[in-house]
Amino acid sequence: MCFGDKVAVHNVDLSIQQGEFVVLLGPSGSGKTTLLNILGGFLQPTDGRVLIDGKDVTDVPASKRPTTTVFQDYALFPHMTVAGNVAFGLKMRGVSSSEQKTKIIESLELVGLAHLAERRIHQLSGGQRQRIALARALAVEPSVLLLDEPLGALDLKLRHQMQEELKEIQKRIGTTFIHVTHDQEEAMAIADTIVITNDGAIEDTGKPERIYLQPTSRFAAGFMGESNFLEGTVISCDGSQTMVHTAIGKFLLKEQGTEGDVVTLSIRPEHFSTKSGIRSLGEARILETGFFGTHHQCKAILEESETMLKVRLPQKEVIQSGELIELFIDPEDLTMLRS
Amino acid sequence: MFKFRNLAAFTYAILLYGFIFLPVVVLVLFSFQESRVPIPPFNGPSLKWYHAFLSDGRVVEALYNSIAVALLSSLVSVILGFLAAYSLARHNIRYSGIIQGLLTAPLTVSYLIIAMGLLITFNTLGIPKSLFTIGIGHVVINLPLCFAIIYSQMGAHQANIERAARDLGANEWQVMGLISVPMLWPALFAAFFLSVTFSWDEFIIAFMVSRFDVTLPVEIWSMLRTGLNPKTNAVGSFVFLVSVVFIFLLDFILFRKIKN
Repeated sequence: MCFGDKVAVHNVDLSIQQGEFVVLLGPSGSGKTTLLNILGGFLQPTDGRVLIDGKDVTDVPASKRPTTTVFQDYALFPHMTVAGNVAFGLKMRGVSSSEQKTKIIESLELVGLAHLAERRIHQLSGGQRQRIALARALAVEPSVLLLDEPLGALDLKLRHQMQEELKEIQKRIGTTFIHVTHDQEEAMAIADTIVITNDGAIEDTGKPERIYLQPTSRFAAGFMGESNFLEGTVISCDGSQTMVHTAIGKFLLKEQGTEGDVVTLSIRPEHFSTKSGIRSLGEARILETGFFGTHHQCKAILEESETMLKVRLPQKEVIQSGELIELFIDPEDLTMLRS
Repeated sequence: MFKFRNLAAFTYAILLYGFIFLPVVVLVLFSFQESRVPIPPFNGPSLKWYHAFLSDGRVVEALYNSIAVALLSSLVSVILGFLAAYSLARHNIRYSGIIQGLLTAPLTVSYLIIAMGLLITFNTLGIPKSLFTIGIGHVVINLPLCFAIIYSQMGAHQANIERAARDLGANEWQVMGLISVPMLWPALFAAFFLSVTFSWDEFIIAFMVSRFDVTLPVEIWSMLRTGLNPKTNAVGSFVFLVSVVFIFLLDFILFRKIKN
């Protein structure tokens, strides 16, 4: 998909299981919304195909696709009541008016707002509008529901509440949800599968745990939470195990490598420990520390190799900047990323 | 010091508004004159000149002509203006900047020039001068205005709402009829009323492209040729009153829209 000279999305090959909650996660400009627009039929891909329920819908316009969208600004019809909004899709599909009534009530009950059916849109709060947009899109029973950063305009507390509700509604009705966001916490909270996009391509696809704990690319590791990256060289490998040499020592990883390869090792900040663990990294000096409620976030420098590290230490630990502490890790927590 | 400034501002306001409104006040006042000449001293009030103009068949006919031309030409202007605005705001059209310029350009041309152009065109094409040609003239002057008003109200947010309607299964006609027009109705009404007001008291075009059937301003002009008369004042006051009513309607609708 191109806009003028700029290629917005390229080489995307993605299959989504029916009933899955998929989150397209990526920074702005990574092509996730373009991808969503291609799925919804608002953009015609310059190349490639879109299949829904096994049918090729590449040339089918948005109005005829089995998809509906929850827009970022909700895009509710301001001149209609709540019930009028929800009924719109049903009317366009020629559903009888008695059936419309039942469907309207069902959809509004799904989002817990059946009592607001006769209200006007401008009388609703942001959270209520969001739910009406969801009810309107679900009323026509689409095969796939597309959500374009639907929670972006809500405050943090409401956003968390809506995340739970979205997840619950999705499980209850079993419709495939494809949700676009740039918020990695939101992605982990609601997704069955996370698709990380960067620069118009898919970087990584998988369950949230897998992507967080064993990212396959440096971008994915850096975008999903924080990480420390260490450059290293493969010095030996014997089938299932690889020895990597880095500035802070040699590590044996349960991964395959080729001798002489330059690789990057990723260590999550929470994988460091001050209690004696499997592998000592030696003394580190704390440069900065901040208390975040659930943990202490520190910046530390290893005395011997002068390597800067982001370290997350348990809540109850007493740490002061300037202090020297011994850091330990479990080499199993390290992930090897090929450059 | 403070009081002096207030006094100065007050005097200035009186002079300014006096300058603007005195001619209108004089016109309206002497329409209630009792005697045959609309000059001081005022010896009314009397409604006899209103009665005189309402029982003058030619004037009443011109009044009906004016109403018909204003309503129909405004309706056509709004429809054409809406369609032009919709296509330029919603579709990627080649040379859309040039088209937009061409659509609004007549706003810069004086009515006299437009009237002359129309006269030559109608003569060349052999179209007889009539109320129909006046209507065409009024569409020419009001279409750019309607287009500009409606186009300015078609934002990206509304485009997204139209997209949502399409997403829910509406075809292009349904999107236009059920979503765009109802959403834009304040702009459409504003454009319509403004067109009606402009058409209602437009003189030059109506004068040059009409023949036997004329509109009220043209009729007033021919009455003026026979000299000043309070009846002319009465007709003029009536034209003014109708314009005021439309301006109030327009204001009321826009005001309500802003409140929402």
